[in-house]
Amino acid sequence: MKSWLGIVAVAALASVPLWLRDPYLLNALITTGIFIICAMSLNLLLGFTGQLSLGHIAFFGIGAYVSALTSLGFDVGLPGGFRIVHEPWPPMTGFALAVLASAFCGYLVGRLSFRVRGAYFVIVTISFAEVVRLVALNWVELTQGPLALTNIPPMEIGWAGLESFVFRTKLQNYYLVLVVAVISYILIARLVGSHFGRAMRGLMENETLAVSVGIDVTRTLTLAAVVSAGIAGAAGSLYAHYMKIIDPEVFAFINTVTMVIMVITGGKGSLAGPIVGGLVFGLMPVFLRPVMAPEAQWIAYGGALIAILFVMPRGIVPSLTARRLRSASTASDTFVERGVKEGA
Amino acid sequence: MAPPAALSIENIAVHFGGLVALSDMTFTVGEGEIVSLIGPNGAGKTTAFNVMTGFLNATHGAVSYHGKSLNGLKPHQIADLGLIRTFQRTSVFPNDTVHDNLLIGLHRQGRHSLLQAILGLPRARASEARLRQRAAELFEWVGLGRRAGDLAGSLSYGEQRLVGVALALAAEPSMLLLDEPVSGMNASETHTFVHLVRKIRDHGVTILLVEHDMPMVMSVSDRIVVLNYGRIIAEGPPEAIRNDPAVIEAYLGQGAKHA
Repeated sequence: MKSWLGIVAVAALASVPLWLRDPYLLNALITTGIFIICAMSLNLLLGFTGQLSLGHIAFFGIGAYVSALTSLGFDVGLPGGFRIVHEPWPPMTGFALAVLASAFCGYLVGRLSFRVRGAYFVIVTISFAEVVRLVALNWVELTQGPLALTNIPPMEIGWAGLESFVFRTKLQNYYLVLVVAVISYILIARLVGSHFGRAMRGLMENETLAVSVGIDVTRTLTLAAVVSAGIAGAAGSLYAHYMKIIDPEVFAFINTVTMVIMVITGGKGSLAGPIVGGLVFGLMPVFLRPVMAPEAQWIAYGGALIAILFVMPRGIVPSLTARRLRSASTASDTFVERGVKEGA
Repeated sequence: MAPPAALSIENIAVHFGGLVALSDMTFTVGEGEIVSLIGPNGAGKTTAFNVMTGFLNATHGAVSYHGKSLNGLKPHQIADLGLIRTFQRTSVFPNDTVHDNLLIGLHRQGRHSLLQAILGLPRARASEARLRQRAAELFEWVGLGRRAGDLAGSLSYGEQRLVGVALALAAEPSMLLLDEPVSGMNASETHTFVHLVRKIRDHGVTILLVEHDMPMVMSVSDRIVVLNYGRIIAEGPPEAIRNDPAVIEAYLGQGAKHA
């Protein structure tokens, strides 16, 4: 039944460009889609291991910069008179390197900070994002600093010798983002459904007990951080090649906050949560813009956020599933109801 | 002759700052034995458990399991050696069903690679199916079959204890350390539990038990070790312990002398 719902959702999303011709709205859907991929990766950490990464945008930004620099090439001087000269490589290689570089950063941050969890993890991730932002801002020779990296080539898929396909139009990019989002979703779903996912859930619920049945805390949490960061890096790469320009502002804290809002309102720990939350809060500004003054838009945004969490404290998706199951079964003793009580 | 030692504790001491939780504790648990560790509250029983399972480092002394030193190993590494414990208070993953609890407990068995799991390869699927089968066997075995779909946190304390034991069994222990397993159980549940403990032992699992329920301890144990104020005050078969003056004094005090 779940997979049936998934296929319908993907088909519906795939049909959008067929009836939606407005390039402005299509653009909003593409950027929202990229953010949703990032929110899904954040959910893997926040919803399934309980670790709040408030620097998640760092992995996104690293992915964006790595992918952009790989496909633009650079010429950087190092102390001691050395120079690194990099000739431009195809954007597809940039995408792969972006995933690897972000995953590696996820590994480092994970190894460093899962020893000190909870509040300390939050602080380490915030600091990490800030450090990366300052590097991007000040290493002008590599990143152009505030002048931004421009003329980033569009994503291109091809194999040596064969004809390649370039993602130039919004329509093409929409489907590219959709495909990457579906792959990320399946990846996360499989991971969470496997014994690694159970290990994560066990650690979140009762760490001492989890450890006593042989679950390795550091290994499990680091793995989650690596996969999460890798997916965020993929989203960053898509962003860079779609926008064609990136500056250090991609590392802004507000971007992380937006992702956290998407995950929490959609329902952390539910696979579909970040998608629903992402669509609501990614598209809300787009629909508010024509009807409200700029100041009022953000008040409405905040009001909606509070209203959703007030009515559905566990997030939209978990609350709706619980309600549907409850109406399906009138028995007062269903485990879903117990689940609700438990959660309350 | 006594069976070969599975677990040996030699001169273990634990100090928390100036507080001596355990001082110089030495005893062994033979292979296939059921040994109980008893003593008044605060005698150091749980501290001893924590040292044996790597949750706490001993100030000095050595713990070894089948000749392998456990000093400095992390809890999950000790679990990998087959030495599995249960907990006094939090014995379950409360927000998961009993079935899922056991699947988490089966972690040590379900180790196919991450790539296989993500690609949904047949080997990963077969291993998942085997785990589900094993989980079903386990909760039937401890008598929780009809509770499989219920959230573990919604069960009675006695039932949660059983889930805790099933979780420990899921990790395929060669030795099981049970921390007050029958607290919260009524008399008939306790009676059933004693049978379960014997059944586990008959499957070749060595058992070390910390428990306050004296009739239960007396009926199930092969040997009893009595702790008080962090040191061993008596050790022997149940009949000997029952009549040991030092034990009676520890539990009941020695009113007349102090009066």
